[in-house]
Amino acid sequence: MAILELQDVGKNFGGLRAVDEVSFAVQEGEIFGLIGPNGSGKTTIFNLINHYYPVTDGKIVFHGRDITRLKTFQICRLGIGRTFQVVKPLARMTVLDNVIASTFLHTKHMGQARQAAEETIEFCGLSVYANHLAKSLPIASRKRLEITRALATRPKLLLLDETAAGLNPGELDEAIQLIKDIRDSGVTIIIVEHIMKVIMSISDRIHAINYGRTIAEGTPKEVAANPKVIEAYLGEEVHA
Amino acid sequence: MLKSRTGPLIYLGVLILFPLVVRDSYYQHLMILVLMWVTIGSGWNIIAGYTGQVSFGDAAFFGSGAYTAGLLAHKLGFSAWWGLGLGGLVALAIAFPFGWICFRLRGAYFALATLALNEICRHLATVWESLTDGMVGILVMQTFVSKIPYYYIALALAVLSVLCVEWIVHSRLGYYFISIREDQDAAESLGIDTHYYKMVSLSFAAFLTGLAGSLYMNYMGFIDPEVVFSLHDISIMAILVGIVGGVGTIYGPAVGAFVMVAVSEIFRTAGFGFLKYLSQATGWGFMNLVTKYVSEAHVLTFGVLVVLVILLMPNGVVGDWPKLRRLVSRAR
Repeated sequence: MAILELQDVGKNFGGLRAVDEVSFAVQEGEIFGLIGPNGSGKTTIFNLINHYYPVTDGKIVFHGRDITRLKTFQICRLGIGRTFQVVKPLARMTVLDNVIASTFLHTKHMGQARQAAEETIEFCGLSVYANHLAKSLPIASRKRLEITRALATRPKLLLLDETAAGLNPGELDEAIQLIKDIRDSGVTIIIVEHIMKVIMSISDRIHAINYGRTIAEGTPKEVAANPKVIEAYLGEEVHA
Repeated sequence: MLKSRTGPLIYLGVLILFPLVVRDSYYQHLMILVLMWVTIGSGWNIIAGYTGQVSFGDAAFFGSGAYTAGLLAHKLGFSAWWGLGLGGLVALAIAFPFGWICFRLRGAYFALATLALNEICRHLATVWESLTDGMVGILVMQTFVSKIPYYYIALALAVLSVLCVEWIVHSRLGYYFISIREDQDAAESLGIDTHYYKMVSLSFAAFLTGLAGSLYMNYMGFIDPEVVFSLHDISIMAILVGIVGGVGTIYGPAVGAFVMVAVSEIFRTAGFGFLKYLSQATGWGFMNLVTKYVSEAHVLTFGVLVVLVILLMPNGVVGDWPKLRRLVSRAR
């Protein structure tokens, strides 16, 4: 059963059609990759799903429920967590406090919130930084904090926006492992990523867009071989 | 835990004993003002220091609290003390629709809206003469001749507001407030209804500030719009108490209130009459002029003080306490 469905979703910024009639369905338990060249509308789609921007036309359905007009915090409460491409740590709070702010979603009790936060931090491998201020973290850990915080709201669906960008090869492997672990814990994942190594190795299916329009969808192999995708990334073949 | 509380507990002990030791009613008066400012500063600290929604309009809540108490006594013949609770509620009633509408604004735009609220309230109180008697003001007979009862009521309010802040900071509310301050978009994406929690935060702030306003009416016995809705004597002063003491610290307002009342009084009285004494003792004519300028310069000093605090101690006296201590120990 589809956990999330986009039906002919479009978004206008003034005269610019940033997203145009995009439709896809994400199945429960899969890692769904969203790819496209710079400026093709990937992050905009995320921003539409959690209503950071209002949708211009079309419909977004989560677990059979129309969430198109719900507010950002309501969408989170229904079970869609997200990370930001440009990380947004709560800078002058410790890592633990950052995550406690998330776990308070499901409890009013300080002790329970703290315990849930510690467990999530441990799961994501941030324990050494638990008492550091978020602003003091290096970029790899900040990205990890984004994931930890989103995961701490106990989402059924997690939107990961370029969480691997800017990481070195060692950190990259750890990030891939973490994403797989999260999926194995029963969370469906939509991932936007530029690093092909990441997206090709972990996605079950990939949806490719360019200029806000769908150009291909399928398994990583199918999409990688699709001439439209190659053209979008590498340009047309030139005949001399 | 015990160690972190010794400082505040000693401070509280001194405050409890103060009026029993210092019988001079002038100094008792100053300390009542300090305690009133602790309450207002704590309120400002909740909305601006912890939630990050800077308010330039605390006088709107302070004045409406004061006018509630005053009008209860003046128009309805109730004791103005009833206004103590009601004043907070009326301030809340003003904060609610204001927050509902204006929390769509962010940052400086919200601050400007609070400034407008301040001015709207001041004008209303001035123009609506059939209710408020306009610039004539309201006079209410004080209940006590001695300052001591007022002192302890003010102390109770101050302690209440500091405890209130402490309770908030260590609960879910505090986490939500600080999350909103640090990044409103991130907070929203963590399932926090930022609009709602900003309203909650403003309600606490307005209620405490309204309480302080009612206390002021009861204590001073006279109010007019220029006094209780004053932009620089109330709203800006509240910001200064918060900034000097330490933005987003529990005990910051308690320290900031003391410093700010002292600074403003030193200037208003030209060094507690020291400059006047100096001009008489020396017979230098220009000292009279200096005295006059100094006593009129307290608003200017506020400005200079803010610049200095922001440059040297951006986290205020309480927030930068370790830094201050290092400085002192190095000087020794």
